[in-house]
Amino acid sequence: MTETRDPRSTGSTAGCEGCGADGSGTSRRAFLGTAVAAVAGALVGCGNDHVEDFLQHNFRELSKAEVEEMIARLEREYKAQFGREVHVGHEPPLPGVIFGYALDLSRCIGCRRCVHACVQENNQSRDPQIQWIRVLQLDKEEGVDLRHADQYYDPPEVPEEGHFYMPVQCQQCKKPPCVKACPVGATWREKDGIVVVDYNWCIGCRYCMAACPYGARHFNWGEPHLPVEDLNPDTHLLGNRPRPKGVVEKCTFCIQRTRKGRYPACVEICPTGSRKFGNLLDPKSEIRYVLENKRVFKFKEDLNTQPNFFYFYGV
Amino acid sequence: MDILRNLASFLADSVRLVLRGNRAYRIWVAFLLILMAAGGLAYANQLRHGLIATHMRDQVSWGFYIGNFTFLVGVAAAAIMLVIPAYVYDWEPIKEITILGEMLAIAALVMCLGFVMVDIGRPDRFWHIMPLVGRLNWPQSMLAWDVLVLNAYLLLNWFVVTYLLYCAYTGKHYIKKLVLPLVLLSIPMAVSIHTVTAYLYNGLAARPFWNSAILAPKFLASAFCSGPAILLILLQILRKTTPLRIKDEAIFKVAELMAYTMGFNLFLTAAEAFKEFYSNTEHVVFSQYLYFGLKGHTTLVPYAWASVACGLAAFLLFLIPKTRTNWVTLNLGCLLIYSSVYIEKGMGLIIPGLTPDALGEIYEYRPSTTEIFVAAGIFATGFLVFTLMLKAAVPIMLGQHTMSRGSLPSGEAGDPIP
Repeated sequence: MTETRDPRSTGSTAGCEGCGADGSGTSRRAFLGTAVAAVAGALVGCGNDHVEDFLQHNFRELSKAEVEEMIARLEREYKAQFGREVHVGHEPPLPGVIFGYALDLSRCIGCRRCVHACVQENNQSRDPQIQWIRVLQLDKEEGVDLRHADQYYDPPEVPEEGHFYMPVQCQQCKKPPCVKACPVGATWREKDGIVVVDYNWCIGCRYCMAACPYGARHFNWGEPHLPVEDLNPDTHLLGNRPRPKGVVEKCTFCIQRTRKGRYPACVEICPTGSRKFGNLLDPKSEIRYVLENKRVFKFKEDLNTQPNFFYFYGV
Repeated sequence: MDILRNLASFLADSVRLVLRGNRAYRIWVAFLLILMAAGGLAYANQLRHGLIATHMRDQVSWGFYIGNFTFLVGVAAAAIMLVIPAYVYDWEPIKEITILGEMLAIAALVMCLGFVMVDIGRPDRFWHIMPLVGRLNWPQSMLAWDVLVLNAYLLLNWFVVTYLLYCAYTGKHYIKKLVLPLVLLSIPMAVSIHTVTAYLYNGLAARPFWNSAILAPKFLASAFCSGPAILLILLQILRKTTPLRIKDEAIFKVAELMAYTMGFNLFLTAAEAFKEFYSNTEHVVFSQYLYFGLKGHTTLVPYAWASVACGLAAFLLFLIPKTRTNWVTLNLGCLLIYSSVYIEKGMGLIIPGLTPDALGEIYEYRPSTTEIFVAAGIFATGFLVFTLMLKAAVPIMLGQHTMSRGSLPSGEAGDPIP
């Protein structure tokens, strides 16, 4: 273990994380952690990669070399698991970019294509099923009133008379209550506004799920099953790489795509163009156009979570 | 070196005391061990399949385990109830049962940590939450606070109990300058463990049922009923089965204090119900689900009303001096309080906090068989810890077993704890 910290991971949240901002603390923890882990590893007598998994420190405390090692190990493990090459990237946030999202409630027809595109892109477990986007069917007469929300609507054809639809996913809050709640700092907000989870550090206490007002966080209650033919091999370390049992996961605005300049899968698939995505810092972006020219609202804005995800009525 | 030798002999003698016992003791310990084995098997099953072996899901992501944890933090905090009058007011009859209260706190904390341990999805990563070794998100996360205060409280109680017993064993008088500040410290510590546990829920704006300022005071009020309720029954059992002398007066005094705390607890429940149902905002759905059911989902309703009815009945039993000093009604009152608070601070707090969920969905949670067995195993562990501690502590406390004399013939009391 070394004291060097990955320079790109120190910025956005280190200041508000309380502990672990100083190098000496890091090395002491690293030393103690290594000692504890080495003993435990020796006791259970497991293989090398498993010991390394066990020893793994929080992503934000890893040096560049350690991140590379971790990725190589993960790729080995995925290859063994799926019999297929899986690429695990770790593209850092793009400078000068904060991602924003806007969803046009007047256009959404509730077809749930976004739900399934998301599952395919992000390697969610198929059994038990995990979906990061939940589409609410709401009553037109009631507006956005959760007492009249139904996620399990199943008519032969959508949209249904008298209803409108509101897809909900991680709102990528500027003040994320989940990040505040996590007892081990396994989830944080990156510089580009994406809230990510370190699947190798999460202890599965689910306090973040209790803290999230949007039901955006999902837990791997059982061993996730992902058939190899459904595997998307193009992954990101903090995003859609296959997850282990017992950890929390969530929407990352398709971090593996958007940090390479592509749209999230849900934006691409939407047949009605209800989903708008872009750089909030770019005055010429579509997202800025929406904020400028439409009247947007934030879901549960009284909670002051300050989402970078907006809803609007385009027509 | 003397201290080391004395400590070794103290430990060896404690083990010896624990290992021998009459038939009833052996049956009781065997029963607890069987329950623990059953719990262990259920937990092994949960480890293999994951938390899917429970009935918790994304909608209700905390359940029976965390409910029991919350209740037991209250039991642990309640040791203070006996410490305050004993040390602050120097009230003699209660003093000898204070050490029992502290041992109860230790047992309760062991169960608390057990329930947290079985609830986490990755127990193999437990070291991540350990201060210094892992990466504790302190002071942001209330859970990080809870880890710190619970462990500190456990250490504190463990030290005081061990030290007092060690002194009695070696026949030396304990150093008052050391014990008194620690015991006084345990008073704010007991308040703090329960307050921090309340804040754990209280701080979540996402869950309006918990996000109410009344939560922490209510936690304390209910804990100060349920903890002593358990202790009163234990004291009577101990009086019968050991030479420990506990005066009636002490028991009735505790019962009187419980009447006031139960009355206050009921008042806070009423205050909360008034706020929810009179203002009748959209946030009323959680209380509605608890007390009346929602859209035909009524799992919790009978429990909620049973809790209110038991609390009310126990309040009256403990308020009236005649029923408070009658052994039948006193013990009935203890059982009623225990049931009332167990429902209120367990499932009655956790489940309606998460039902309906953040997006309005109603998932009716009931614990699975695995959860019930695992919980039974943890309770058995706590009872075993408490039993073994008592087994060694009582003779030492009574001066029946000291380093210089060894054990006196049973029935003959030596000099009690100084």
